[in-house]
Parts: sequence; C-alpha cells; structure tokens
Amino acid sequence: MGFKNLINSKKILSLLAVFMLLGTSMLFAQGTESAGATASPAADAVKDNGLATAGYYILLFLIVCFVIGIVGKILRVFDLTQQIQGKEPINWNNVMGICCLIFLIAGAYGAYWEFTVHGSMILPGAASEHGVKIDEMFWTTTVLTMIVFVITQILLFTFLFRYRYNAKRRGHFLPHNNTIEKVWTIAPAIVLTVLVIFGFFTWQKITDNVDAKGEPASINIDITGHQFAWELRYPGKDARLGATNYKLVSGINKLGINFKDKYSYDDLQADTMYLPVRKSVRLNIHAQDVIHSVYMPHFRVQLNAVPGLPVFFKFKPTITTAEMRTKLDKPNFEYEILCNKICGGSHYNMKKIVRVVTEAEYQAWLSQQKPYLTDGIKKDLKFAAEKKEVQPNRLALNN
Amino acid sequence: MSTLSVQDHGVAHHEDDHGQHHHKATFLNTYIFSQDHKMIAKQFLITGMTMAFIAMILSILFRIQLAYPDKAFPLMETLLGRFAPGGRLDSNFYLALVTIHGTIMVFFVLTAGLSGTFANLLIPLQLGVRDMASPFMNMLSYWFFFIASVIMLSSFLVQKGPASGGWTIYPPLSALPKAMPGSGMGMTLWLISMVLFIASQLMAGINYVSTILNMRTKGMDLWKMPLSVWALFLTAILGVLSFPVLVAGVVLLVFDRSFGTSFYLSEIVLNGTQIQPYEGGSPILFQHLFWFLGHPEVYIVIMPAMGISSEVMSVNSRKPIFGYHAMVYSLIGITVLSFIVWGHHMFVTGMNPFLGGVFMITTLIIAVPSAVKTFNWLATLWRGNIRFTSAMLFAIGMVSFFISGGLTGIFLGNAALDINLHDTYFVVAHFHLVMGSAAIFGMLAGVYHWFPKMFGRMMNERLGYLHFWLTFIGAYLVFFPMHFMGLDGVPRRYYAFTEFESMKQWLSVNTFITWAAIMSGVAQLAFLYNFITSIFWGKKAPQNPWEANTLEWTTPVEHLHGNWPGEIPTVYRWPYDYSKPGAEHDFIPQTVPLSQTMSSNLPHDFEDNPVGLEEHTKWANTQKSNEEVK
Repeated sequence: MGFKNLINSKKILSLLAVFMLLGTSMLFAQGTESAGATASPAADAVKDNGLATAGYYILLFLIVCFVIGIVGKILRVFDLTQQIQGKEPINWNNVMGICCLIFLIAGAYGAYWEFTVHGSMILPGAASEHGVKIDEMFWTTTVLTMIVFVITQILLFTFLFRYRYNAKRRGHFLPHNNTIEKVWTIAPAIVLTVLVIFGFFTWQKITDNVDAKGEPASINIDITGHQFAWELRYPGKDARLGATNYKLVSGINKLGINFKDKYSYDDLQADTMYLPVRKSVRLNIHAQDVIHSVYMPHFRVQLNAVPGLPVFFKFKPTITTAEMRTKLDKPNFEYEILCNKICGGSHYNMKKIVRVVTEAEYQAWLSQQKPYLTDGIKKDLKFAAEKKEVQPNRLALNN
Repeated sequence: MSTLSVQDHGVAHHEDDHGQHHHKATFLNTYIFSQDHKMIAKQFLITGMTMAFIAMILSILFRIQLAYPDKAFPLMETLLGRFAPGGRLDSNFYLALVTIHGTIMVFFVLTAGLSGTFANLLIPLQLGVRDMASPFMNMLSYWFFFIASVIMLSSFLVQKGPASGGWTIYPPLSALPKAMPGSGMGMTLWLISMVLFIASQLMAGINYVSTILNMRTKGMDLWKMPLSVWALFLTAILGVLSFPVLVAGVVLLVFDRSFGTSFYLSEIVLNGTQIQPYEGGSPILFQHLFWFLGHPEVYIVIMPAMGISSEVMSVNSRKPIFGYHAMVYSLIGITVLSFIVWGHHMFVTGMNPFLGGVFMITTLIIAVPSAVKTFNWLATLWRGNIRFTSAMLFAIGMVSFFISGGLTGIFLGNAALDINLHDTYFVVAHFHLVMGSAAIFGMLAGVYHWFPKMFGRMMNERLGYLHFWLTFIGAYLVFFPMHFMGLDGVPRRYYAFTEFESMKQWLSVNTFITWAAIMSGVAQLAFLYNFITSIFWGKKAPQNPWEANTLEWTTPVEHLHGNWPGEIPTVYRWPYDYSKPGAEHDFIPQTVPLSQTMSSNLPHDFEDNPVGLEEHTKWANTQKSNEEVK
C-alpha cells in the first residue's frame, strides 16, 4: 500500500504544487528582471515576450482558485456546525432552485438587452426586390420562434424553481397523456407547414430565373472569383457577353475570354460593380480555382462560385447608394460583395465595392470602362491566328 | 481496493500482486488492451476529454486573434513558432485552428468521446449483458480511434501545418495542395486520420447494434429499454449507415489528390495562369457525399445527449419520463428523416433550386419530433420533485440550449432565409448551441451521473454546481451575440474583421465574446480538478447513489469482468417507475417483479401484456370487493 499512500497524501501533493508554482513564478520573475537589467533595448524586446503578462493572469487565476477553495471550506464548516447544532444543513436544492429563477430573470433581461442593442446593429432592410420578401418571412419566423423561445424557457426555469426537491412531497406519476401529446405534435406541424409553404414559394420565386415575357432583358454581368479577388465583366453595346474557356486563361487574358466570339469584342472590365437602380441584373457567377461565394448581404444575394459550374443569380436593386447613405446617415456607406466560402489565407479580405446608381449615372460610368480586348491582346491574337490557323484539338477544348 | 481507471503502472501493478481480478489479469490487458467494456468506456472518455481540452485551447487561440486582430502577443510566437510570426497568428494557421477545432469537437469528442463512452458503459450495464457482442472488435475500435487522434494531432508537426479548409474540407480547396498550405501534408494526415476514425466508428457501431439486438437479459424487451440505450442504439444505426458514405467521399478525394483523377475537379486555373488538366468533375458531388454523412452526424452527436438527458431528468425529477413511446418514436423519426435532409447545407452552392425546395420541406419536418421531445422534457419536470444534482443541472442546460439553438434551425432550414444567413455567424451560433453546447452538456450530465458507476466514487457536487453555472452562462454569453453578427451579414471563418468597414462595429463584441470564452474555458478546469481528484479521493459511492431504477445500479460498486457476480438479473418492468402512487419508495427498480408491488400496479403497466392486465383487473376487483366487505 506504500505507493497508494504516497499518492493519497494530500499534504505531499499540495507541497509539490506549491513548490512548482513558486518555482515557475520565480523563474518568470527572474526572466523579467534580467530582461529589465541587461543592456540593449533590442535584447529587451526579444526577452519581453509576454511571459510577465501571462504570469499575471496565471497568478490571478490562482488567486481565484484560492478564493473558491476558501469559500468551499467555509461552506463546509458552516454546514458541519449546523449539523452539530442539530439544525438543517444548507439545502442545495433550494439554492439551485433560486439560482434557476435568478438566471431566468437575468437571462430575460440579457436577451432583451441583446435584442435592443445588438439587434439594432443588424443589416438595414433589404435593398432589392426579392430581399423584401425574405425580410418579411424573416420577421414572421422571428416572431413565431421568439414566442416559443420565451414560453419554453420560462416554463423550464419556473418548473425547476417551483418543483425543487422537498422530502415531504412525491413527484406526480404521469407516464403519458395521449391527448396533450397529439396536440403538441400537431401544433408545431401546422406552424411549420405554414412556414414551409411560405418559404417554398418565396424560394421558387427567387430562383425562378428565366426572364418573363414582355419583361426587359436583365443586364448580364459576369463575376469571377479567384484567390483572392473578384473580376467583373460587363457586356458592351451588343448587351451580350462573349464566350469564355478556362484553357484560354493567360497573363493578359485573365478570364479566358474567347476573342473569336464576336460578342466578346466589346466586353468591358470594371473595378467597381455599378448597378442601375430598379433594373433586373443577372449575375453570372464563376470561379477559377476554388469555391468562393458571392455574398451581397444588403441585397440578400448569395450564391457559391464553383469552378466548372456556371450559375447565376437574378435580382433587382431598389435603393441607390446615395439613398442608402442618407437613410442610414452614414456618408461613407458602400454596398459590398464579400467572399463567404472559405477559400484560403486571405479569404477575409476578398471584397468588391458595389454602387447602385441611377440609369443616367450608370450609362455615363459604363461608357468610361475599358474593353477586355486591349491592343496587346489584339496583337497577340493576330500573331496566333497567322501562326496556326486551326487548332487541331479545338473539339476537345470546347466541351 | 477500488478499480482505478487511470493508467498508472504503480497502482495497477499493486493490484495484480493481490490477484483480486481474474487470474490472468496483467497491466497490459487490464488497462491498455482491455476487452472489458467498462475499461474501454473509460479509455474513450479520457481520450475524448483530452481531445476536448485540446480543441478548447485551439478555440481560445483563434478567439484571441478575433478579439485583438491588431495586437501582437510575443508569447504566441514562443509557443507556436512559425505559425504566429511576430506574435500574430498567421491567417492560414487561423483557418487550420478553426478546421482542427471543428474536426476534433465533432468527430473525436462528440462522436467517439460521447457515443464511445456511454454506449460502451451503458449498453451492457443497462441491458443486463456481461460484455459486448465482440469484445475484441470493441478494443480494436478504441485503438483505431486512438491512432486516428494521434495522427490528427500530429498534423500540427508538419512543416505547412494541419488541414485548413474548414472541417467540411470542400474540394477543390482541399484537393489542390497549391491552393493553401494546409492542403498539403496536413490534409493527407487529416484524410488518413478520418479513414481510421470511420473504421473505428463502424466496428463500434456494429458491436452496439448487435449487442442491443441479441444479448438483452431476460425480460428486457425493446420497450423496456431505457431511453439512453434507445438513443445509443439509433445513433449506432445512423453511424453504420452513413459513415461509409464519407469514406467513399474521402477515398475519391484521396484519388483526386494523389492519383490524378478528377472526381471533384473541373476547369481549374491556379494563380491566374496555371491551367490544371482536370475536367468533368463536380465539387458539388463531394458536398453531397460529405453531407450525406455530415447531417446524420449532427444527430449522431445530439441523440446520445438527448438519451442521457432524458434518463438523468427522469431520475432526478423522481418522475417517469413523459411520453416514453413518443420519445422513442421521435428518436426513430429523427433517425429516418436525418437521411433526407442533407441538402439544406447546400441551398446556395449552386445545387438545383428545385432540390433546395424539397430539402427545405424535409428539413422543417424534422423540427416536429424535436419539438415533441422538448415538450416532453418540460412535461417531465412538471410536478416533479427535482433533485439538483450536477448531472441534473447539465441535463437541464442541454434542454435550454437545444431550445435556443433548435429554434434558429427553423430560419436556416428555410431555403429563402438561408440565402442571406448561409455561412454567417448566425450559423455558427446555431450549431454551437444546438449540437455543440447541448451535446457537450449531455455528455457532462452523463459523466456526472455515471461517474460513481465508472470509478466507484462520487464527484464533488458543489464544484459541479460552480462548473455548471460558469459554463452555462459562459456559453450563452459566447453564442447569443453571434446571432446578431450573423444577421449583420458577418461571414464565418474570417481571420479579422478589420478589412470591411461594415464589420468594424463588431470588434468590441468580439472582445467580449473572447473573454466569455476564456471564462468558460477556465471553468472547465474546475471540472478537470473535480474529475481527477474524485477518481482518487472522492467519497466512496454507494451501490445506487441516485436511487435509480435501471440495471447498472444493481451491479456491485467494485468492477468485475462480467458485471454481475451471480446470475444476470431479470427485468420485469419499464425503467421509469418513479414516485408511483401506492409504492413504498419513490422508485421501483426494473428487477422488482410486478407481483411484489400489487398495491402500486396500474393498468398502464400491462399495456402490451393482456394476460397481466386480466390478472391486474381481477386483483383490483377483489381488492375492491374486500373493501366493500369491510
């Protein structure tokens, strides 16, 4: 039993702990002292690696542990003296019951505070046509779920307080009640059916992407994600974008535009995404290397950019940047595109500014943008065309 | 001499000298390569807890980065070296931390640590079985898990760091070593580790299912099983059916990475000019395969926690669980539905929008059984006689988190709302509450509740209270504000919020969240201290410390191989006869025959037993006529 006794001896262990703590804190102290004492400031900078701060927090933690230990002992002693005097010891069931009640009240206040303070920091109302519908559904769902949240949490914690242990009482033997169980199976089912129907049709409407008859065609804009930026391509006067092929990508043709396609001649490049207000826009979303995600929170637009899978999202912005600035009273406000699918080290910094402007401003801006077909590419293409007229593996490349 | 689980050579050796265990016991086969389910449960628990602490430290590291994006911590450079040049986390390493935190928590802690511990402990003990169907396979399952854990952690030692494409490892990011540093050797180790892990889970799962179906003691029909076993049973089925699909996905990814196939790759240009030869693959295919496991996985995580909480809440409110059958059917409903909802993770990935609509319907249907469970827990507490043990508090915490996190699932399951919420902090808040915190709380409830069974000693209740309140409040402080960040369109997995003007308003909130996280992290030390000291110096546990009905409390406190010294007890009743009117005590163990408790029998006890019901009515009638005679 010798070894067992050894580990069992609390005194030896605590002694060991004290020694180790003293030792480490002395080491820390020495470290900082020597850093302070020894000469050059460069050495100072190297030595001061935050150990002192860490030591401070460790000390703080130990003090807290110590205090908790003392409080524990005091409670124990109090408990024992009560027992010796023949009085009731601390009734932890009551204490915990009251804690539950306090938590309920404090939690209710905390949740209220959250909803009013952080709740006011959320996105402003949608700046797009379909976004308004999403917002409506969001608020409906919020109201419904909040009712359930409040009721169930109140029931949970008041039951805990109300039915805390009492030696004189017995629980109520209630194994089941089919009626009430049916009620609370069917009630959520009905609520969820309503939400499903509401959501299903909204979703269908948002993703229903064919331009309706009689409706003016949407403006096609290509957005291509790569590590770690977005590239934009606007159609020129022909209102159509030229074909692309990833095998044509090169240093000067970064989107792989197929300049044999006549629609590509007037395709424009842009640094900022300008959108005319109240015009349907069709974002054609591509990715070159890994999955990215076009996320425009203010417009309630998000769709992943997947390499090899061209997709598009059609939406209609309704509030111009200028209007939004006055509305929010933020003169520097800008709409943004973020990347919302992990794509590598600089994922957190992959943005594009979006400006929603009036039709006139949009046209003026568009006329200033430069085409992708630069002189350099023209020269290059002519040269290539002379050198090898027909590429032999054209067929394979086109698929 | 108590049986100590800690793998301490000195103690073990000492025990062997006395030869109190069966004669061939050596240190190696008692503590390391043990085939005893109780020891394997403890091995799973301690490995799982170790992994949980590691994952927690990782999370605190990246929380510090989020709270102080502009500040340098020279100590970090001392500790992490090349991963934190100049005392700031490298942005790639930040993503690695996030990835490994997620992987460890979801798979190594909440799947293996939770199911592994409690399935191994409870299935034989609560069903009256001497050991698992295949003890050897059970041991292999642990050792595969252990090796998987070691490989996963070893990825911190490779030059370019661990896998860092998120725990969902979507290709092409994870498939192309050039796409980010973590997609090199770190990713390879991740994949090897996961294949071993899945092998471990399959061996474990097959074992659990076969044990439950074939080896129950006399009288223990399926409808007399405790809810904890029901939950573990359905969890095991889920795992057995869905994990192989992840293996398929992972193996194809290995092929893409190493053998030049293009299952997931198509039309890729790296660094603006390097055209890759891949054609015809689909990154979406991987997402389908991943989430076909990935979604059942979240129920693999939460269902054992639900089962444990049901059990703990029933015992400690001294009341039968309300609607036992409804609880089982809702578990079955969740199990079945969880296979057809995976698409809700992919609403905005470019999947066909029609499919999105279908998955939205199935997803919102799964909220119904979840709601039933919640209401039944509340009804269980109603008019109970609630004993606040630490286990009970954690079970209650589990319910509270499940409600808070579950309700936000209704937003995310709605495809239209998901457009703007997908991959934002709203999602982070949602799943950390509903499957993270809730499952961890279920696990902790289980540890506190069955600690006496595992180690023969009691844990310190008051430290448990402290641990509970600090963790409970801390978790809410951490995750509640995140909902609002998500509603402001702040994306997850962002290294810093400094690059976007609109996100800067959340910097102070981030600092607050980090300190709340550190507080809850420190609170876990109270648990660790309690756990370790109680193993050695805790109060000796009585045989049935919680006055519970289930079979595990009929075994002796001292562990022995085979669980029961004599014959295995026979089961006569369901496990929830608490506070039965007319009974002597407020609990009647499952081993007590109905014939011994005539005064407390109810027609409810004979629902599937017409002969018994006849006997009961006959007895009740004679009682009545006797009284009339009197």
